[in-house]
Amino acid sequence: MSAIEWGYSVLPARTMDLDRNDLGPVREMLEEMPQFGACIACGGCTATCTAGNLTSFNFRRVHTLVRRGEYTGAWAEMNKCMLCGKCRLVCPRGINTRGVVRLIKRKLGDY
Amino acid sequence: MKKIIVVGGGPAGMQAALSLVAEGLKPVIVERSGALGGKLRDWHNLFPSMTPAHEVLEGMTKQMENAGVEVMLHTEVEGLTDGGVLLMEGKKLEGEAVIVASGFDIFDARLKEEYGYHIYDNVFTTVDVERMLNKGEVALHDGSAPHGIAFVHCVGSRDEKVNQKHCSKVCCITGVKQAMEMRQLFPDAEIYNFYMDIRMFGPGYEELYQSAQQDFGVNFIRGRVSEASPTIDGRLQIKAEDTLVGRPLKMTVDMLVLIVGMKASSSNEKYALPLSSSGFLTPRDLFSGAVSSDLPNVFYAGTATAPKTIGESICEGSMAAEKVSEYLKSRK
Amino acid sequence: MKRSSWREYEKEIAGDHYYYARSCIRQNFFPGSEATFLRIMRDVLGKDIYDDPRHTSCTGIGYHTDIVPLDTTMAVVARQFALMTEAGYENMAVSCITSFGLYTEILETWHEFPETEARARENLFKATGREFKKPANIAHTSDLIFHNREEIERQAVRRLVDATTGEPLKVVEHIGCHYAKIFPKSGIGGSEFPYVLAGMVEQWGGQVVDYPERRHCCGFGFRNYLVQVNRGFSIANSRKKLESMAPYKPDMMVANCPGCAMFLDKWQYALAEMENVTYGADGRGIPVLTYEEMAGLVLGYDPWDMGMQMHQVDVEPLLGKLGVRYDSEAKYLGRGGKFIGAPKPAAVNAFSGDRIYRIKH
Repeated sequence: MSAIEWGYSVLPARTMDLDRNDLGPVREMLEEMPQFGACIACGGCTATCTAGNLTSFNFRRVHTLVRRGEYTGAWAEMNKCMLCGKCRLVCPRGINTRGVVRLIKRKLGDY
Repeated sequence: MKKIIVVGGGPAGMQAALSLVAEGLKPVIVERSGALGGKLRDWHNLFPSMTPAHEVLEGMTKQMENAGVEVMLHTEVEGLTDGGVLLMEGKKLEGEAVIVASGFDIFDARLKEEYGYHIYDNVFTTVDVERMLNKGEVALHDGSAPHGIAFVHCVGSRDEKVNQKHCSKVCCITGVKQAMEMRQLFPDAEIYNFYMDIRMFGPGYEELYQSAQQDFGVNFIRGRVSEASPTIDGRLQIKAEDTLVGRPLKMTVDMLVLIVGMKASSSNEKYALPLSSSGFLTPRDLFSGAVSSDLPNVFYAGTATAPKTIGESICEGSMAAEKVSEYLKSRK
Repeated sequence: MKRSSWREYEKEIAGDHYYYARSCIRQNFFPGSEATFLRIMRDVLGKDIYDDPRHTSCTGIGYHTDIVPLDTTMAVVARQFALMTEAGYENMAVSCITSFGLYTEILETWHEFPETEARARENLFKATGREFKKPANIAHTSDLIFHNREEIERQAVRRLVDATTGEPLKVVEHIGCHYAKIFPKSGIGGSEFPYVLAGMVEQWGGQVVDYPERRHCCGFGFRNYLVQVNRGFSIANSRKKLESMAPYKPDMMVANCPGCAMFLDKWQYALAEMENVTYGADGRGIPVLTYEEMAGLVLGYDPWDMGMQMHQVDVEPLLGKLGVRYDSEAKYLGRGGKFIGAPKPAAVNAFSGDRIYRIKH
């Protein structure tokens, strides 16, 4: 490596690059559970989330990131879910949100 | 019997004429172009029922022929006069009342330079897509099939930069409709709709939106596309923020479709009547006077006053005819 | 690309008699460029341009880093205008993009808020006893070269083509943000499809590279560069552009902003050191030219007379492609043949050490 002490480094981009992200797993998930695609981001799930009120767990945000192929940490995040099922009761689009949690855990354990 | 002048022969004007005939009055349609139907002639299938546009158009033109409505084609109205309207070359057309049903202009997408319309070959507008659908030739510039398609909502709507502060209302559902049509044509393509808000105000619209997401696999991303640029392999790179996760996003697509808004017709200025900040004619009030102007003998119908659907425009055509009839009776 | 839309953004450019407002940093980074500009204006185009030793920095960098208050900046700019008025000129030719943006912004501010102009006039008068007329015309010096690109072509000795193959050189053009992103109507071609440099490149036979990050900022960003820990912002943006242009294998870049030309050039060295990555077909970097240098090469000027030995990325491979004859021994000889010192070899200037770099393209 360089012997020069720069005092800074090239910052990594925060951009989600949909060309580079592997969208294969999310496509499989949508095929298995099409209603996963029907979210309108109302945030009702996150508002009522038992775990989300105690931790930084944000179900809506994490599954939206998964939709873009940003899987890192998704599995670990989903482990915070207590599977109480309240989010499914509030979802205006009738999405089986608990099913989405289980789907992400099943498909994205490697990330 | 004196005539009732209907300016514009699109859906609103045609229905106004038909309703005037039903009221026992004698309408004359003054149409700038060479045919009746307005922009309906360019559309393919109409949301939300996917009714072919030509069915609606043919139904109305048949009724027009049966009713024997007088039509002046290739005739442009230059303004209002005391007893009618002023035509080209100083000619006058007399009438007891005027219904302005002169429609809207399509927003010129070239003004949003950052999207490169007419600069990059594979940037289209929703109007181009309707025409391609009608021809049965939806394809990229080189004739090949697109694998990645992005729709950009609100092009020329909700945008101060191009003096279009208003919401054009019908574009959201148009974007949903065309995304579904693209899915049917290109089953393996990735389809993305970039929106700021999704406004599904009409009957069956929300249901169509949900179906696009769930059954047609269309990806909706909340965020305005900031620019399109060409890539080395002739595709288009687009940038947006996914505002639902708060991170910038970029991707390349083969086809970019700009969902263009409704611009107030440039002819609105000719009437010397009040205009909204976006240039639409302002009705007397938005409730019981929605088809009335500030003048007792001038009425409005359709998109001359604001963006509307075809159904709403037709509805206003009838309403304006009824108001004309009321006005004539009140004078007796 | 169908760039026809640039014609909708043509601006008024004065034909002759200019007051020259120099840049503070260009004279260090690309020290021969301003001299080259004056030489082209006077010797090639026969124009009258006044180079005034009394004018100062516009304070642009200080202003954009929140060090100089706006009132002070306005008073300094008012003084430049006063010097121009006293010298009997009314057309301003501005060398720096930051200055050009600042002058334009201040004139617009004075127009929108006349009380700020009155205050600037009062402050200037109290401090110096000077008064001024606002410029009748204000142009960036790249506008002036663009405006005269056809005459320069008539007097040219070469075109921007590969001398052996006759193929046009592939040129990346980079426009300083404050040229047209503040007021698109102030720039030739507007802000989305600026034509000021592309027009020169095309006129002189080169081919403009339209790459995805063409509009992106070089990353200079004033405070983002000036504070050391923030420089990661700055270099990341330059890298983004370099990565985006690399697949097109450009022969050179040309910029119209002092900061952009400097950073796009020098960061290539930093990236080679920090990340072991180099750009350009041969991995020796992509040369970055000022538009004056580009015009000078077309007109047959000696590269060392134009100060091109000060570039980080060596220009010799480019000079070779263009068929420019130069004395390699004279590269580091200054006035009267005096040796001015030479830099240590580095990755992007002809270094052939044992370190292996990843060449991106």
